[in-house]
Amino acid sequence: MKRHRSKIYLLLALVAAAIVAKYQTAISPYYFQIIIYIGINIILASSLNLINGFAGQFSLGHAGFMALGAYTSAVITSSLHLSPGTAVSYPLFAGALICGGLVASVFGLLVGIPSLRLKGDYLAITTLGLGEIIRVIIQSLGFLGAARGFTGIAKLADFFWVYAVVAIVIFTIANLVKSTYGKGFLAVRDDEIAAEAVGVDATRYKIVAFITGAFFAGIAGGLYAHFVTYINPSQFGFLRSFEIVVMVVVGGMGNIAGVILAAAVLTILPEALRAVAQYRMVIYAFLLIVIMISRPQGLFGQRLDWSRVWRWVTRRSSSPAKGES
Amino acid sequence: MRRLMPWLISVVALVAIGFWAGCGGGSTSNDILIGEYSAMTGTTATFGQSTHRGLMMAVDEINAAGGVLGRNIRLLTEDTQSKPEEAATAVTKLISRDGVKAVIGEVSSSRSLAAAPICQANGIPMVSNASTNPEVTKKGDYIFRVCYIDPFQGEVMARFVYNTLGLRKVAILKDIKNDYSIGLAQYFEETFLKLGGQVVATQAYSEGDIDFKAQLTALKGAEPEAVIVPGYYTEAALIVKQARELNMTIPIVGGDGWDSAKLVEIGGESMNNTYFSTAYTADDPDSVVQNFVSKYTTRYSEKPDAFAALGYDAGLILFDAIKRAGGVEGAKIRDALAATRDFRGVTGTITIDRDRNARKPIVIIAVVDGRMTYKETIQP
Amino acid sequence: MSELLQQIINGISMGSIYALIALGYTMVYGILRFINFAHGDVFMVGAFVGYFVAPIVAPVVGGSGLAAAVLVMMISMLACALLGVTIEKLAYRPLRSRPKLTALITAIGVSLFLEYGGQLVFGPDPKPFPALIPSTMIVNSKFLVLSSNSLVVIGTALLLMVLLRHIIFRTRMGTAMRAVSYDHRAASLMGINIDSVISFTFALGSGLAAAAAILYASVYPSINPLMGLFPGLKAFVAAVLGGIGNLYGAVIGGMIIGLLETLVTGYISPIYRDAISFAVLILILLFRPAGILGRHETEKV
Repeated sequence: MKRHRSKIYLLLALVAAAIVAKYQTAISPYYFQIIIYIGINIILASSLNLINGFAGQFSLGHAGFMALGAYTSAVITSSLHLSPGTAVSYPLFAGALICGGLVASVFGLLVGIPSLRLKGDYLAITTLGLGEIIRVIIQSLGFLGAARGFTGIAKLADFFWVYAVVAIVIFTIANLVKSTYGKGFLAVRDDEIAAEAVGVDATRYKIVAFITGAFFAGIAGGLYAHFVTYINPSQFGFLRSFEIVVMVVVGGMGNIAGVILAAAVLTILPEALRAVAQYRMVIYAFLLIVIMISRPQGLFGQRLDWSRVWRWVTRRSSSPAKGES
Repeated sequence: MRRLMPWLISVVALVAIGFWAGCGGGSTSNDILIGEYSAMTGTTATFGQSTHRGLMMAVDEINAAGGVLGRNIRLLTEDTQSKPEEAATAVTKLISRDGVKAVIGEVSSSRSLAAAPICQANGIPMVSNASTNPEVTKKGDYIFRVCYIDPFQGEVMARFVYNTLGLRKVAILKDIKNDYSIGLAQYFEETFLKLGGQVVATQAYSEGDIDFKAQLTALKGAEPEAVIVPGYYTEAALIVKQARELNMTIPIVGGDGWDSAKLVEIGGESMNNTYFSTAYTADDPDSVVQNFVSKYTTRYSEKPDAFAALGYDAGLILFDAIKRAGGVEGAKIRDALAATRDFRGVTGTITIDRDRNARKPIVIIAVVDGRMTYKETIQP
Repeated sequence: MSELLQQIINGISMGSIYALIALGYTMVYGILRFINFAHGDVFMVGAFVGYFVAPIVAPVVGGSGLAAAVLVMMISMLACALLGVTIEKLAYRPLRSRPKLTALITAIGVSLFLEYGGQLVFGPDPKPFPALIPSTMIVNSKFLVLSSNSLVVIGTALLLMVLLRHIIFRTRMGTAMRAVSYDHRAASLMGINIDSVISFTFALGSGLAAAAAILYASVYPSINPLMGLFPGLKAFVAAVLGGIGNLYGAVIGGMIIGLLETLVTGYISPIYRDAISFAVLILILLFRPAGILGRHETEKV
């Protein structure tokens, strides 16, 4: 029943995304751009949340996965000369995105392997290093435009594509971690040795988290490339990985709804602060410190989840919801 | 839930205030809105702030002289944080929310490449002040630049080393993270080989590096007669200093990225026997240049570098085009920009060619006794 | 052959600066089990303090020279020690009992704050750092060049490391630091004031960063608000490589990274320099998960 229900939600979300996409030209391009960035950041933060928040593996290499997805899909669509709007572009673009995701997840496996031996900060620096290695390799490849970047990518990603993926990511991750199988992630995060003792295959869970997380990060990279239409290795440095980690921690580790909200808030915040010109990053940094000190468990802690919000809403509109959680 | 609400509310309120503040002061007046996207913070902020200062001066001067078409110019500046994706966001904001009529920027070709398709798609003319990569203006007929392109500068540098300095064996040390440096090195090498010269060794570094002794030691082994360093002054000053420490007294040659008073401040005496090509020299006795230099020096209490001069010229050329267009429609400004002929700017007499690039002379500067001195001018 | 010797000298002088910065990371980590990402930016502030103080101090002690250099370095170390203690008190102390990731994000916040604040206050353009120690050539032949600068850097770094060793192993405060690093609770039950030990650690680490900054800026006399980013990251890699939390590890790690970078740049290609440094780090960690000298902590059930 519950699984069924979440599938209906997913379907509704996809339909809603398609409907909104019909009217996307009505939105000011500036706000539209921010909305798209929010979607891409939600995908990135949610996928990192699986690795970091649920499986407890401290990864700082997410920008590397994103770069792989961005470059792979951009190479595919450019060599196929896809142009937006044509019927053939839809399935091929989807295919290119998936290829980008697959390449990223192969590297996710590669990054996941050290996680079997390394923990905490050591794993963090290793993943950061692998992310940088990916970036340096891309930067040295002439056919990818090297330092100049990859130009002339078709603008294939729009509201529908981004938010359809957002819906799929949330659906996949929510179902994965709420399932009986998925409880294993939390077990590995909370106490690996105890988890192993009761028969949870920690190795497998970690690898699954890395592969799945990297896959979606790769797709996010593909969407990003086909929205901005220009990618450059410097866009995928370790500072980008930091930004994504910040979203996860501010949202609350392992809190699906919190991370989504944090991704939105932290995307809007620098834009909202444009009014203060060159003070904006100083204020942004200051707010980040204040948020962490006053809400160390994340802005939304462990408490906020959709079912609570849902119950809160339905109580107001006096139509009782049942069968939740 | 209850404990959470104050937080949610305060965050939402903060964001809302920001948006509201950002919306304030819309285009209600009769001013002509011009957008500028520039690296005001981040790794290349030193160049972005220079071009910004030059542009501000151009705007204030034109407004003091009665504006353009009887209307004042109002400049809206957005920071790109030295990141390409921020450049795209900033330009989208300037065009769609502020409704600017033309856009000026950026120093870095990678940021210009991110922003150019957006300007092109919206039919808003863009004038780049210092992006020298040939790709930039190929993005469409609304994209212009006031600086010369890498192939021309690379060629001039090669001819200068081969003919004027009379050297045949050179080594190249380029910035691998920077498309400007890679392009310049490539075009230099092409011309230099064609002339009959020889590149005996090539080494690379990354933007932000500070130790170049390893590269220089390796280059020294190849016994070149000169080293070509097509990079920015931020690294070039240290490269030259360390080369001298390693006993390499040979000439070291750079491009317009070297042009800043800081080059000699940081490098000191070790900068002697170096040469670089650039857009202008503050020593030029020409009245246009001297006027600019003295006004800039009074206003900012420092000598303008090439970036400030290019920022100034980008503004002047755009305002001149708007004047000639007789209106602020994108297509009219575009056509007027394309028709720019023999415009007397600080960085020389500028003509916009068929590819929307600037044709203008190059100046060669030599550092003698710790001072930058004018050496020669090469016409296009 | 002479080229190799030259590259090794270059590498050691780079490595000793990395080692000094890495010591700060490793001390804080040893005590708090937390990576202070803002350490590289404290290093930057140290250089700027030197930049502003030098013109005032130098005439007082009679121009440039050893006395001026030592004085400038002391003032900068003091200022940074104060900064380090303040950062710890305001930003990290409230989070001490929280998950380490929270403190890490705060550290990123502090780092961004110092970088962008620095661009705002000092301006983004590079500043020429005054030549405090006049550089002379000691060996100056066609085959080998050795400037006094390299020797001053290596010598000062060694001196500071010996001093640090003395503080940690021969003083009461050092004993307290080691006790706290071993077990917080037990140390506090023994009557050790944890807060003051942690403050002292931050003061010491930040002071070393300032010393490294003055040395660094004397050799590479161009300073800017973002200068801490890469040395900070590399020193961090060095600390992890040597075994974070271990003082000798930080020195060995710094030397390895310094030499490796120089040799890769000179003999392979600078394009792959950072990639190869990271690859070596990953390889070493795969075989020794706690770094070269790190203690592998067995997990208790």
